[in-house]
Amino acid sequence: MKTETRPATGGQTSGKQPPGRTRTSSGLAFALAVVLPPRFTPERVRTDRRYRTLDKYRFIVGFLALPLLFYTVFVISPFLQAIYYSFTDWAGGTTANFVGGDNYVKMWNDEKFWDSLESSLLLLVVVPLITLTLGIFFAYMITAGGRHRRGRAVSGVAGSSLYKIVYFFPQVLSIALIAVVWQQVYSSRSGLLNGLLGSVGLESLEQRWLGGDYKLALFSTMAVIAWSFVGFYVVLFSAAMGAIPKDIYEAALLDGAGRVATFFRVTLPLIWDTVRTGWIYMGIQALDAFAVVLIMVPPHALKVTPVYLYERFREGQFGYATAIGVVLLVLSMIFTLIVMRIGRRDQIEY
Amino acid sequence: MSAEPMPSDAVTDQPDASGAGGGSAASAAPAAGRRSADDGAKSAGRGQSGVLNVFSHAFLIAWVVMAAGPLVWVALTAFRPTADFLNDPMGLPTSIHWQNFANAWTEAKIGRYAFNSLIILAGSLTGTMLLGSMAAYVIARFTFPGNRLIFLLFAGGMMFPVILALIPLFTIMDNMSLLDTRPGLIIAYIAYSLPFTTFFLTSFFRTLPSGVQEAAMIDGASHTRTFFQVMLPMAKPGLVSIGIFNFLGQWNQYLLPLLLNNEDENNYVLPQGLAALTVSQGYAGDWGALFAGLTIAMLPVLVVYAVFQRQVQAGLTAGALK
Repeated sequence: MKTETRPATGGQTSGKQPPGRTRTSSGLAFALAVVLPPRFTPERVRTDRRYRTLDKYRFIVGFLALPLLFYTVFVISPFLQAIYYSFTDWAGGTTANFVGGDNYVKMWNDEKFWDSLESSLLLLVVVPLITLTLGIFFAYMITAGGRHRRGRAVSGVAGSSLYKIVYFFPQVLSIALIAVVWQQVYSSRSGLLNGLLGSVGLESLEQRWLGGDYKLALFSTMAVIAWSFVGFYVVLFSAAMGAIPKDIYEAALLDGAGRVATFFRVTLPLIWDTVRTGWIYMGIQALDAFAVVLIMVPPHALKVTPVYLYERFREGQFGYATAIGVVLLVLSMIFTLIVMRIGRRDQIEY
Repeated sequence: MSAEPMPSDAVTDQPDASGAGGGSAASAAPAAGRRSADDGAKSAGRGQSGVLNVFSHAFLIAWVVMAAGPLVWVALTAFRPTADFLNDPMGLPTSIHWQNFANAWTEAKIGRYAFNSLIILAGSLTGTMLLGSMAAYVIARFTFPGNRLIFLLFAGGMMFPVILALIPLFTIMDNMSLLDTRPGLIIAYIAYSLPFTTFFLTSFFRTLPSGVQEAAMIDGASHTRTFFQVMLPMAKPGLVSIGIFNFLGQWNQYLLPLLLNNEDENNYVLPQGLAALTVSQGYAGDWGALFAGLTIAMLPVLVVYAVFQRQVQAGLTAGALK
């Protein structure tokens, strides 16, 4: 309705042509402009406001269509379907009968699921603690562990960028490659770790790191995940520490604060937002731990929930597997909420 | 840096003097008697920071050994014959033994896997960058109904564990006859890279000045032309960061190919091939080829990383800082 009246009034105010003619001819050219590329559109139509709106929306739709199509078909819809399928007895075929909460009841009584969940939860709690502590420690060493220079309250160590380059190595490698490398390092017969222990006379400490004891396999897995992420956090935290204004450090030094006090009273509170974000990210990565465990650890020694899910999928228990996935989603959401809550502090602006 | 005041004596001397506690105000005083006491405080401060400096370097070097050690061991072992390695896993190569690399490249098919990875990456990275920047540009620079909703839709996709979507995705791909095909894998890579790419680039496009865009439009450039010839070049720093992020993420992707590309071993991408190596070379007892394969897979990425380390670090940590 609006678009009908607007050109009519426009025609009247311009007063050069009878209003009726403008409407019909521009209407025709307008209809053509929808399908024609801009360069064939007559000048008269191109300066029309309606055309400009049309051109804008045509552009918006054209640019958004393909990304949105890919995204909804291959990402959004599988997520929604997964939640629906977790309430069915779907086995991969065309039939999926609604069975209510049966899959969840089955999970509740499935001892192997609980075993896998125990490992996953331990990873979720312990790995971020190890990784973030090491990451913050090394980042502080890099940004504030250097020799004092004139005019600087804190100074970085020499060769700080070299350290960061090497620390970051594991982060650019595929997790599959890391799992294979560490499988060899842990190898009980020809591994680096047992070899090192043997060469310094600690044969008694040589272990079957992965294939034997459950606790040892879990510990070895934690070490690998932490190893691969420490460099990432050193880079992340040293960037955050570098953004803290130097005069805050100078003020702390004037007040007689040593390096340890400076760290706990100044540095840590000021990078706390980054720490919290990193904590959530690391927790979700540790809860996953899929590739490392699947590739590196023998199936009998240790199982984490994502690997357990994958095995059910390979067996064709699609409904049950998606229900396990939903539990993982809920767990990662609960974890995120907890960290946001216990980690909440007053925002410090600088 | 800019906050640092002019280098007056009082400021420059404080850090050194404070190591010995107090006395910093004295440094500004020209009195000769005080001068010597101040020097003493300075050297004491320097000595203490020297100890700390050694201490921090010791820790930092320890982690260098930890981080690089296993990788160096793998690369060195790749040059040793398997029999030598089994006798003594810790030994150094006595002569350069290239046979392992030949075995890895042909028998263990590392060459083939790397080729597959390259083809997939060529399609998926181009597609991700193109579609991601198109969507981000429209979301960032145009107002239209549903703009906010679409942005939140993309942003929300970053928070879900991918493994949950994989089972329905498997059947969707199967129904579209895209399962175990290259286009299918490329599409999946693009779709799962879009949320973060769009999210990141949207905030980047928002920071660009709007005057240039308007000027281009007034000069008669179409929206499409403005995007490709004016706005994209201006967004180059953001595109480089997110491009590196996606390059590494897609090159190293393991979960998606494990599900969507598992039919024929000849179509494996590199991470799949490496995971399969432990099984195949393990049975064959050819550990040398395994180590050589790992080295072949590892070295190019590390070299590229060492060259572009600043951009890579910025690209990979950008996600967590947002």
